[in-house]
Amino acid sequence: MHNRSWKGYLRPDGRKGIRNHLLVVYTVECASFVAQEIAKGEADVHVIGFPGCYDNDYAIRLMLALATHPNIGGVLCVGLGCEYTQPHRIAEAVRNSGRPAESFFIQEHGGTRSSIALGKEMIASLRRRADEAAIKTPMTWAELIIGAECGGSHGTSGLAGNPVVGRAFDYLVERGGTAIFEEVVEMIGLRDLMISRAASPVAAQQLGGTYDKALGYCKAVRQYSVAPGNFAGGLSTIEEKSMGAFAKSGSQPIQGVIRVSERPPHAGLWLLDSVPDDHFMQFGYTNPNDTEGIMDLIAAGSQIVLFITGRGSVIGSAVAPLIKVTGNERTYRNMTEDMDFNAGRVLSGELTMDEAAEELMNLIADVASGQPSKPERLGHREFFLMYKHQHVPSLEAGCRA
Amino acid sequence: MEKNYPAVVAFQVDAADNVATLLGDAAEGSLITVVGPAGKRDIAAREKIELGHKIALAPIAEGVSISKFGVVIGIATRRIEPGEWVHLHNCRSQLDERSGSFDVHTGAPGDNAYA
Repeated sequence: MHNRSWKGYLRPDGRKGIRNHLLVVYTVECASFVAQEIAKGEADVHVIGFPGCYDNDYAIRLMLALATHPNIGGVLCVGLGCEYTQPHRIAEAVRNSGRPAESFFIQEHGGTRSSIALGKEMIASLRRRADEAAIKTPMTWAELIIGAECGGSHGTSGLAGNPVVGRAFDYLVERGGTAIFEEVVEMIGLRDLMISRAASPVAAQQLGGTYDKALGYCKAVRQYSVAPGNFAGGLSTIEEKSMGAFAKSGSQPIQGVIRVSERPPHAGLWLLDSVPDDHFMQFGYTNPNDTEGIMDLIAAGSQIVLFITGRGSVIGSAVAPLIKVTGNERTYRNMTEDMDFNAGRVLSGELTMDEAAEELMNLIADVASGQPSKPERLGHREFFLMYKHQHVPSLEAGCRA
Repeated sequence: MEKNYPAVVAFQVDAADNVATLLGDAAEGSLITVVGPAGKRDIAAREKIELGHKIALAPIAEGVSISKFGVVIGIATRRIEPGEWVHLHNCRSQLDERSGSFDVHTGAPGDNAYA
């Protein structure tokens, strides 16, 4: 773990990626079939997009953050031609980041088949240009941003899966790297504990404000982030689930809070707030599924995301590899083809927490070096995005005031 | 009641916790070996308790805090005896207003009508 180094892709903005993927971005649901067909059979092409016809600043920021992510070498934007979200403007922003980008409206190029054919041609050209531009360069822990998300939690998640990831986060931060965790709605009940981890008075204020907004959200929508499967797996309350979920943050001081599509201002441990702001449409929904949170972590620049699942899950992620960790030996046995790491060995006494975290760090370095994670090998590249409002004017001012 | 079942291990995270989490499935009457910072000891399961679920380590009166990780994770909604399964039927969140409406076995909500 100590002296691991590998080759990454140096991007024009100085950031380094661990993959050289191409991205197809659709700007309305009506263009999604064509976008998916363009990517079909192309191992290095991932698809993201936004389903709504009416644009949403939050969604545009997220798509731009992913389209200029260090793991992405080139981008094709596909629109239908009626929608508010503008594919040509996304492509322009990507070109301004120093990457090749193309865009077109389906309505200007015939129907389904001619649009797919045009898209395939553009992808071939983008791949040529992305490969030419790719500069392989040495990379270390200090240049990694790693996210952590949990899903399908159960009674052992807080005992093994999340604490092992927390220990790996401690190691990453000690080596100058950046770690991001989210799911503020799974920290409900832990206000004082969160604030006690603040690196500065400003961070303490941010953590308190973020907690208060999340609690207000849960009260307003009358929903706490604990699901039937969590109960069936032995978790009895949101407070119990929160303690397990918070364990994935490790023990380092929290530098502050970033919001969706923002990047951490410097290295260290950061909390990502994905909870919508209260405004004239009310909050909307937060954390509707695991994939949304994973995309938020990747939009913050994470080159890899660790996903801790006690009950088991079969998702992967677009743009950045997902590494699946379980603290449940039974889940590991039942879903070995999907699970990258068995943290349950800590509970059976086979490994100490430190040994498990060190092994996980070596797996992270292997994946950063190009070894596919299990979700990558299975072809997973899930993506999810829906309307949300952050950085909005006050409730009284209204959305467009 | 089955006797002489192979011991199942339960993990007590904090020495002050009044519950421990099972790392295997326990049948009614089986012996549970509790491990953790408070040391090793045995307790008999009063009922069937599954992996990931909690067993009471001490008597807990109605209205008293249930602690895991050294923090309060809920309140006892009735008296709980040592060796009992601690879950949705006898433990309630202090925050979640839907807590108390969930099926004790599946966790499925029972507070909406589907009509």
